Amino acid sequence: MSDDIIRRDPRAEWIARNRLHPLHEAMKQAGAAAEVRGPSGLIRRNPHAVGFIGPNGIKRIDRLNGNAQTTAGRRAAAKTVELPLHRVETPDYYIAVVPDLIGGRLTAHDKDVLGQAHQLIAQLGGAGAVVAICFGESREDSFDKAGVDRLMQFSDASFDGYSPEARVTALQNVDKSLSPKFWLFPDSIAGGFEIGCRLAARLDERPLTQAWQVGLESTICRGAGGSSDITRATERILLLAQECANPIDETRHEVLPLEAVEVTTATARLEDLGQVSVDPNSIALAEAEFILSAGNGVHDWDNFHRAATLLGATEGGSRVVVDDGHMPRFRQVGASGTWVTARVYIAVGISGAVQHLQGIGQCDKVIAVNTDVSCDMVKRAALSVIDDSNEVLTELMKLVEEYRQQEVTDAA
Amino acid sequence: MQPNIDAGLRITALVSVGKHPSSGRARRADQDARAVEMGLRIAPQGLEVVHAGSSDEAVLRDYAGMGLAALKVIQQSAELDAVPALSEYLSEETPDIILTGVRAESGESSGMMAYLLGEKLGLPVVSRVAEIRSVANGHAEVLQALPRGQRRAVRVCLPFIASVDSAAAAPRQSAYGPGMRAKLQPEERGIEIPDAVRSLWQESPARKRPKRLKVVKAKTAADRFKAATAKATGDGGTVMRNETAAEKAQAIFDLLVEEGVLR
Repeated sequence: MSDDIIRRDPRAEWIARNRLHPLHEAMKQAGAAAEVRGPSGLIRRNPHAVGFIGPNGIKRIDRLNGNAQTTAGRRAAAKTVELPLHRVETPDYYIAVVPDLIGGRLTAHDKDVLGQAHQLIAQLGGAGAVVAICFGESREDSFDKAGVDRLMQFSDASFDGYSPEARVTALQNVDKSLSPKFWLFPDSIAGGFEIGCRLAARLDERPLTQAWQVGLESTICRGAGGSSDITRATERILLLAQECANPIDETRHEVLPLEAVEVTTATARLEDLGQVSVDPNSIALAEAEFILSAGNGVHDWDNFHRAATLLGATEGGSRVVVDDGHMPRFRQVGASGTWVTARVYIAVGISGAVQHLQGIGQCDKVIAVNTDVSCDMVKRAALSVIDDSNEVLTELMKLVEEYRQQEVTDAA
Repeated sequence: MQPNIDAGLRITALVSVGKHPSSGRARRADQDARAVEMGLRIAPQGLEVVHAGSSDEAVLRDYAGMGLAALKVIQQSAELDAVPALSEYLSEETPDIILTGVRAESGESSGMMAYLLGEKLGLPVVSRVAEIRSVANGHAEVLQALPRGQRRAVRVCLPFIASVDSAAAAPRQSAYGPGMRAKLQPEERGIEIPDAVRSLWQESPARKRPKRLKVVKAKTAADRFKAATAKATGDGGTVMRNETAAEKAQAIFDLLVEEGVLR
């Protein structure tokens, strides 16, 4: 009979209500759930069951759920999230991709091509595997994140440097052994276009060049030097334009090695004699990789030209020096001059007007030499030196001369 | 100009009708004109220029105006495949060097011509040639154009096919009078192999490709907020003020060596 009557314990309620009561914690163990289902079925929220005791003993409620952006002392934000592994145990068919591997690493174009390969597998269905065929040493360590299921590496010395004929013979043998459903190449000047066309000519198949939207039945390619779109039936050999498909970023792939096929090396009819040194001032400014640029702060022009020759840099200038006649017009860098794409740009005595900064928007590393700390070029530059341009250039020339001397004595 | 070029060289340059990039008018194709220029510099007497198409083309006069007395035109209509007729003509003529452009400016513009001719005639193909340095002892030394203005030297044995890049020497101006006076010698080959693939495709003026958007893969609203408000902070941005000039120069020098531009 006593079970029907609900008896309230006022002392227990008093303890539960007062957090500072010594027996409060013990009472709480019983059940202070955040949400409880009441007698009528509705969920009752306990508004006191939030928060925690912070480091200084005061109760704290974190509304941001741990997403706060801390300003000072930020750890490396990227927690390595483990991507799901995409496995292909026994592939039904292969799609062969021959990436450019400039400097031994996959370029963005290569990753787009690998993404396109997986798109084709998704459309074809079945358990297809993407084979990446690499020639020579590869320094790439994230083949798995780029979408390579199988990797075939040809590391013979005959594939080093410029060796298109040997590579095409190797690819022809791969075609005989694997019979891939598609051959994908990046249509680039780094070698993908050449190898793809050579393979197509060797296999006597018509390739699709500059393909930018690939489907199983029809593909859209650029024709007529980029001025027309050609919609045609999809062939086996595809040379893909940049950004043809999204690269792989949601799955990890097993990069299982495939045996490189035997290649009988015929005598190469093209002999690679290596790169020839080029006068940097003869390279077009838009193409140059390393630029030494002069501005209003440069007064000793002989020194400047000597520094450019010693460093092996292409000369450039801002609008001011070109208008004053110190540099010819085709050397002007800026919004109405040339938009440069250099990797390293040294701006000597340039204040960094907006128009000039527009011209160097694509440059990776900018070094500024200026006497003014607050100028915009210093804000843009990765390394700024606040000093007289003449002194810095003289010191730099001394260092470069020593370096070259040392190289000569090392070689000797 | 090229003192070590053999006088008895026979060069054939294959030309096509070009298209101006902005107006779309027919003009000398840029790379084909550079090929003709290269042939004129190396062996002006032994140069032969061949076009597969119709001899009514006004553009052929522009090529001829560069200093050619005659052009050979292999009569063919525009939709036919040019490769069989050209390969038959070249296998009969057997020139020492065959020059073409890398990619055409009209039609399919696949860049396959040089490689297809190479396979059919069994000749080596060198692509993206900027300059033919020397021809001696049955070998030619050729400079290939690499990106960023670099050059690579390649040795190839004669006869060979070279595709000429836009980095080659600029073509000379075309003179109207000599162009009009040049003879366009028609060659009837009778090879009419239709291009089956070409008849099936649709061609339309190029439309702009959609730009790739930077899609932020954000699961929570907090992630999206963080991505949207993230300021592009440049790492580096070191400013050197109080060091000596030598130390500053050292810092610049170290950066240049690290980037690999100082060789």
